[in-house]
Amino acid sequence: MSVNMFSQRALQTSMRRLALARPTTTTMRMISPAAIATGQIRPATSGPHANTVSVSSDEAYKLLAEQRVHRPVSPHLGIYQPQVTWYLSALNRITGSILSGSFYLFGFAYLVAPAFGWHLESASIAAAFASWPIVVKLLVKGTMAFPLAFHSLNGLRHLTWDMGAVLTNRQVQVTGWAIVVLSSISGLYLMFS
Amino acid sequence: MASLRSASRLTTPARSLFRPAVRTYATISESGAPTAPTRNLVPPEETKTVKEPAPSKDAKIKTFHIYRWNPDEPASKPRMQTYTLDLNKTGPMVLDALIRIKNEVDPTLTFRRSCREGICGSCAMNIDGINTLACLCRIPTDTAKESRVYPLPHTYVVKDLVPDLTHFYKQYKSIKPYLQRDTKPEDGRENRQSRDDRKKLDGLYECILCACCSTSCPSYWWNSEQYLGPAMLLQSYRWLADSRDERKAERKEALENSMSLYRCHTILNCSRTCPKGLNPAKAIAEIKKSMAIGSSM
Repeated sequence: MSVNMFSQRALQTSMRRLALARPTTTTMRMISPAAIATGQIRPATSGPHANTVSVSSDEAYKLLAEQRVHRPVSPHLGIYQPQVTWYLSALNRITGSILSGSFYLFGFAYLVAPAFGWHLESASIAAAFASWPIVVKLLVKGTMAFPLAFHSLNGLRHLTWDMGAVLTNRQVQVTGWAIVVLSSISGLYLMFS
Repeated sequence: MASLRSASRLTTPARSLFRPAVRTYATISESGAPTAPTRNLVPPEETKTVKEPAPSKDAKIKTFHIYRWNPDEPASKPRMQTYTLDLNKTGPMVLDALIRIKNEVDPTLTFRRSCREGICGSCAMNIDGINTLACLCRIPTDTAKESRVYPLPHTYVVKDLVPDLTHFYKQYKSIKPYLQRDTKPEDGRENRQSRDDRKKLDGLYECILCACCSTSCPSYWWNSEQYLGPAMLLQSYRWLADSRDERKAERKEALENSMSLYRCHTILNCSRTCPKGLNPAKAIAEIKKSMAIGSSM
């Protein structure tokens, strides 16, 4: 039985090869299937042949370099899914810039104030602030309060991460959204208090 | 017996093929008179026209927008090409859809794939905004939503969905991803380690270097030339955490600069996107911690 199986398989493979090899010449038709099955004669493959050109490694590298010049950069910021991870990280940086930027700006203005005759003392600023309409007051307080609340609370999260803790995906998402809620509440509180 | 019968069935047409007297191809006879057909042909009145299969009524047609760019037309801009597939006739994963598009719709669509089971990491790409392996990502069955497939973000595109990862692999080489020892094991056989030490490598050695995490990191987008990125730092930690490695001081020394390690701003996209469920962010935090405290890991 096993001999039968073997002969059958050999026959099948040779038939398959012959079917592939469109017998165009009379000699091809004369070849016994056994010769093809044992690989003594290889039928000429049909179909288009790929034309390859051999180049030296220097030339190949030049071709590669040429192609690399044209390679586009795949899309990134515009297509990546909005996630609490990188959006809060970006927000952390923006709020940090707002806070430190206004701190440096005010510090520099305070430094040069006597030269220009500006009055930036606490008392005069407080007096000026009191004279503003309520909407402007809230706006100015809000632009400081929200970044301060968010940056301080998110800073705690970053410090925890630097300890190597609270770093699982679930924890990061939960604490992230908690910071969003908490900083909104405390920002509103600071704005209206 | 059954095998014999099938073998004989195979031989019958074969014989006729090799017999030179039998014409196997349609030929024009020189005499001009048509030769009678050797087989009994069905007259045209008795044949039926086979109709094209009508699209099934409960077809779940899903639209895929796929990023295309062809290096043979370097002047052309990358574009999105739209394909629609019936999900009832497609496998469950995005890779199945891509393979089906390539086989049946557009053979020019180019992407890498190999194992189709999340082991090789070849089919890493950005699917619906998230970096993942196409073979592990189910096609969202909601046909109202259209899927978008891009190559890994902020990589140089070789063609269509194939990114150039040369630099990524160079960075891997730069962290010396192999055991470095100066001493021979005491019994001259194996470098042994305790079960607890071996456990430290769990969650690190499984990394398949698919580059999903590194290319999800905005910091790596802007500084990939010098910043190693989450994948390489996870690999660095894999060797730093290995009790058998004896060059930890040198490994740490290589990271002691502003770019290699400290461009990580704990954005944490890496852990979020890892298709193997690993935690590169945790590994990076552990490296930073040990470098700050100076512990021996």
